[in-house]
Amino acid sequence: MPQTMPDALLPLVVGLPFAAAIVAGFLSTHARGAAALLAGAVAVVDVVLIWVAYPTVAGGGVLLFELEWMPALGLNFVLRMDGFAWLFAGLVAAIGALIVLYARYYMSPEDPVPRFFSFLLAFMGSMTGMVLSGNLIQLAFFWELTSLFSFLLIGYWYHTAQARDGARMALTVTAAGGLCLFAGVLVLGHIVGSYELDRVLASGEHIRAHPLYLTALILILLGALTKSAQFPFHFWLPHAMAAPTPVSAYLHSATLVKAGVFLMARFWPALAGTEAWFWIVGTAGVTTLLIGAYVAIFQHDLKGLLAYSTISHLGLITLLLGLNSEVGLVAAVFHAMNHATFKASLFMAAGIIDHETGTRDIRRLSGLHRFMPFTARLAMVAAAAMAGVPLLNGFLSKEMFFAEALRAPTSHLLIHDLIPVGAVLASAFSVTYSLRFIHGAFFGPDPVDLPRVPREPPSWMRFPVEILVLACIIVGILPAATVGPFLDTAIRSILGEATPQYSLEVWHGLSQPLLMSVVALIGGVALYLALQRHLLKGVEGAPLIRRLDARRIFDRTMVFLSWRLARTLEGVLGTRRLQPQLRLMLCVAALAGLCAVYVRGLGPGNLFPAPPDPALALVWAVGIACAIGAAWKAKFHRLAALILLGVAGLVTCVTFVWFSAPDLALTQLLVEVVTTVLLLLGLRWLPKRFEVGRPPEPRVYTLARHLTDLAIAVIAGVGMAALAFAVMTRTPPELLAQHFLARAYTEGGGTNVVNVILVDFRGFDTLGEITVLGVVALTVFALLRRFRPAADSIELPEQQRDQLAYDAAHPRQTDGETVSDWLLVPSLITRVLFPVIWVIALFLLLRGHDLPGGGFVAGLTAAVALILQYLIGGTRWIEDRLTVQPLRWMGIGLLIATTTGLAAWLFGRPFLTSYFDYLELPLFGTVPLASALFFDIGVFALVIGAATLMLIALAHQSVRGHRVAQASEEGQPTPPPRQAPALAGED
Amino acid sequence: MSAELLGWSIFISQIFLGLAMVLAAVRVLWGPRAQDRVLALDTVYVIAATLLLTFGIRTGGTLYFEAALVIALLGFVGTAALAKFLMRGEVIE
Repeated sequence: MPQTMPDALLPLVVGLPFAAAIVAGFLSTHARGAAALLAGAVAVVDVVLIWVAYPTVAGGGVLLFELEWMPALGLNFVLRMDGFAWLFAGLVAAIGALIVLYARYYMSPEDPVPRFFSFLLAFMGSMTGMVLSGNLIQLAFFWELTSLFSFLLIGYWYHTAQARDGARMALTVTAAGGLCLFAGVLVLGHIVGSYELDRVLASGEHIRAHPLYLTALILILLGALTKSAQFPFHFWLPHAMAAPTPVSAYLHSATLVKAGVFLMARFWPALAGTEAWFWIVGTAGVTTLLIGAYVAIFQHDLKGLLAYSTISHLGLITLLLGLNSEVGLVAAVFHAMNHATFKASLFMAAGIIDHETGTRDIRRLSGLHRFMPFTARLAMVAAAAMAGVPLLNGFLSKEMFFAEALRAPTSHLLIHDLIPVGAVLASAFSVTYSLRFIHGAFFGPDPVDLPRVPREPPSWMRFPVEILVLACIIVGILPAATVGPFLDTAIRSILGEATPQYSLEVWHGLSQPLLMSVVALIGGVALYLALQRHLLKGVEGAPLIRRLDARRIFDRTMVFLSWRLARTLEGVLGTRRLQPQLRLMLCVAALAGLCAVYVRGLGPGNLFPAPPDPALALVWAVGIACAIGAAWKAKFHRLAALILLGVAGLVTCVTFVWFSAPDLALTQLLVEVVTTVLLLLGLRWLPKRFEVGRPPEPRVYTLARHLTDLAIAVIAGVGMAALAFAVMTRTPPELLAQHFLARAYTEGGGTNVVNVILVDFRGFDTLGEITVLGVVALTVFALLRRFRPAADSIELPEQQRDQLAYDAAHPRQTDGETVSDWLLVPSLITRVLFPVIWVIALFLLLRGHDLPGGGFVAGLTAAVALILQYLIGGTRWIEDRLTVQPLRWMGIGLLIATTTGLAAWLFGRPFLTSYFDYLELPLFGTVPLASALFFDIGVFALVIGAATLMLIALAHQSVRGHRVAQASEEGQPTPPPRQAPALAGED
Repeated sequence: MSAELLGWSIFISQIFLGLAMVLAAVRVLWGPRAQDRVLALDTVYVIAATLLLTFGIRTGGTLYFEAALVIALLGFVGTAALAKFLMRGEVIE
C-alpha cells in the first residue's frame, strides 16, 4: 500500500530546476564546467526524487501538493503525480541528465555556456511543471513557459539569422497553439465547473455530451497538434534544428514535442472516444506519419532527416491515440518512450558527427565508420530501432501499431483498409531513411575535404548515447521485465478499470503484424536501392510535393499580417496630421456625451449657484479669453499660444484657491511652471511648418472646414460646460468622501485628507502611478537618445547666429562676449534662491500629511529648483559643478516607497498599512510621525528624478546639436551620434 | 466700522486687481511683440499673487498667503524661461 510519501517533494522536483536556472544565469560567462555540474546535479537529484515517488504511484496512489492561489475563484496551485505523470517526469529528468552530460562536451568554450544551461534548466522545470500540473490553467501556463524557453534555446546562437528565424517561427506556432489550448481549457473548465484535473478527468461522459464539447476539443487539439508538430503545423520543427544539437535531442525529440502527445493522452478519459476525436486526431496523425516519413528520405542534412522522422513518429503516436482504442493508447505511450530513447541517441550521434567533422551534409559525409567505429555502431543500433528491426524497442511498439491499424474502429470500409496500407508504407519509408542515415554517413569511400579530420569524440560525450542505446536493446529483448511495470502503472493511472489486456512479448507467433513488418523491411531496403541514383544527384527537397511548402505559406501569412495589413490599416485609419486626430477624438467624445444625455436627459439640478464674485468674474473673463486665444494662435504662433496658456493655467490656480482647494492650486501652479519650461524646450526642436504637398483648394472648402471645426469645438466645449454645471448643481450622493473625511485622522494619522488618501487609503494606486511615471520618464529618455531633429531646426537658432556674427564682426570681442553678461542679476538671484526653494520643497514634503503639500508637490518644487540652475547656468556649467543623477533618484524613490509598504509585513499587516505615532524630539518637542511620510519621501524622490530626467534629456539635445554643427563646420565627417554627456546611470 | 471699511476696501481692491488683470491680458492677447506678451504674463502673475493676498485677508486664512508665496517664488521661472528663449532661441544651452 502507498507508504506516506512526502508530497512536499513535488514542489522540489519542479522548483529545483528553476532555482538552479537562476543561479546558472548569474555564473560567469565562461564557467562551462560549473554550469554543467550544477545542471547535471539538479537533473540527477530530480531523477532520484522522482524515483523515490515510484512506490506510491505504483500502488495506484497519487501524490498531491496544493497551495492556495486564488481561493476566491476556487483556483489552487496543484502539483499532482500519478503513474502517467511519473513516467513523463522521469523521462524528462533522466534524458535531461544525459543531455547535460552530452552538452558539457558539445558546447564550445567560446559560447556563453551558463546561459545555455540556465535556459535548459528552466525548460526542464517548465516541462516537469506541465507534466505535474493538477490544474488546467496552471497546465496552460507551464505549457506556454515551455514554448518560451524552447524559443530561447532555439535562438541560443542568436547571431545567425537561421536561429533567429527558426526560434521566431517555433514561438509563433507553438505559442499561438498554447493560446488556443488556454481558451480550450477555459471552455473545458466551464463545462465541468472546475479547473481541477481530477474532476475534469472524472467527468468524461458529461463533457462528451455537452454542446460545447466540439469547441473545447478543437481548441485543445490545436494546442496539442501545434506543439507535437502535426500536419499542417509541422513546418516549425525542421527550422528549429538551428538550435544546438543537445537542444534538438532534448526538446525536439524526447520532451517538448511529446508535450502534445502527453496532453492528448492526459485528456484521453475526458475527450476521446468520439467520432470527432477519431477524425481530427486520426487524420492529422496519418497525414503527418506519411508526409514526414516521405520527406525525411530526401533530406540531406542529418538533423533535417531526423527532424522529419520525428514528425513522422509523432504522427504515428497521434494516429494511435486517434484510433479510440485502449490498446492503441498503450501502444502510443510505449512508442513515445521508445522514440524518446532512440531518437535522442540518434540526435546525439548526429551532433557527434557534426562536432567531429564540421558538417552534417550526407552528400559530403561517407565512410565514417572507419574513423569513429564506436559511434557508428551505436548509431546503427539506434537507427535499427527507429526502422523497427526485431529485438529492439522500436520493433515492439511498431508491432502494436500494426495490430491496432488492422483493427481501426471505423465502419468506413475504405478507410479501414487504407490505414494498414498507410502504416506499412510509412514503415517502409522509415526503413529507407534509417538506411540512408547509416549508409550515407558511415559507409562508402573515405570522405574528402571535410572541414575537420574525423575522430572518435571524448568518451564521456559518447556515454549518454551508450546508455540510451543499451536501453533500446534491453527493452527490445526483455520488454515485460524492464519497462512492463512502469508502462502498466502509467496506463492504469489513465484508464483505471478500463485497462485492457495487452502483451509485451517479442514473439507473438506468425501473425499478420509480423508479416507487415517483414514487408516493410524488405520494401524499405528495396526503395533505398531504387532511389540511389536520385539521391546521389543531391537535389534539394522531396519530389512530387516540393511545391507544398508550408513554411512559405507561413512566411506569406506573417508578411501579410505584420506588414501589409498593418500598412494598409495605417494608410486607411492613420494620419500624421494633428487636426484630423483631434477632430476625431472630439467628435467621439461629444457623441458619447450627447448619447448619454439623450438616454438619461439633462434636467436642471436642485442646487442654485451662488451669485458670482465680481473679482472672480473678471479673472475668469481673462482666463476664458486667453484659453480661446491660445486655441486661435496655436497653429502659427506657438510661443504666443504658450504664453496665453500660461495665463489660462494661472487663472485655474486662482480659481482653485477661491474654492478652497489649496492642494490642487499648489500642484496646478507647479505643473504649470514645469510644463512651460518643457514646452519651450520642445519648441526649439519642432519643425517650422509641416507643408502638405497638395494643390490649393478653393476658398469655399477652407471656409467650410474652418466652420465645421468651429462647430465641433463649440459643441464639445459647451457640452462639457453643461455637464460640469449639471453635476455641480446637484447634491452629491453619499460617496467615499464622507468615509475618507471621517477616517483620515483616526486611521491615517493626518488632517490633510487629500494627502492621506494618496499615501495611505489609496497608497497602492499611488505606488502604481509613480511606477508608471518612472516608466514614462525612462521611455522619454530612451526615445530622446535616438532623437534626430527636423532638418530646419538642426542649425543654431537665429538669435545665437546673429550674436556670434556680431562678435565675429568686432575684432575686440571674443566669441560669446556679447551675451556673457546678459541676465546677470536674475542669474545671481536664481543661484541664491536654489537653497531657498529646496527649503520650501522640504517644508511642503514634511507637513504634507496635515496641511497642503506632499511628496508630489515637493518633488516638483525641487525639480524646478534644479531646472532653474540649468536654465541660468547652461548644461555644461551646472554639470561641471553638480552631479544630477535622475535615474538614481527614481530608483531610490521607488525602493523607499516599496520598502515602506513591505515593512508592514514585518508587523503582520497587509502591504502598505501605515502606522503613526508621536515622537519626542529634543528642541522640537512632540512631533507627529507617520510611516506614510516615508512613502511620501519615496514619491518625492521619484518625482524629482522623473521630472529632471525628462527635462534634462531634452536640454541635452542642444549640447548634442552644437557638437554635430561644429563638427560639420570644421569640414570633418560628422562623428557617429554620441550619447548626451553622462547622465548618471547611462551605460 | 473699521471691519466694514476693511471689507469695502478689500472688495474695491479686488475689483481693481481684476481690472488690472484684464488690462494685462489685453497685452498678452494683443502683443504685438513676443516681449510684450512675456512682460504681461509676468504682470498677470504678480496680480494673481496680490489677489490671493487680498483673498487671504478677506477670509482670514493663512493658507492663501502660502499660495501667494509660492507664486511669488516660482512664478518668475516661466518668465525667465521665456526670456531666455527669446534671447537665445533655446531655454537650456
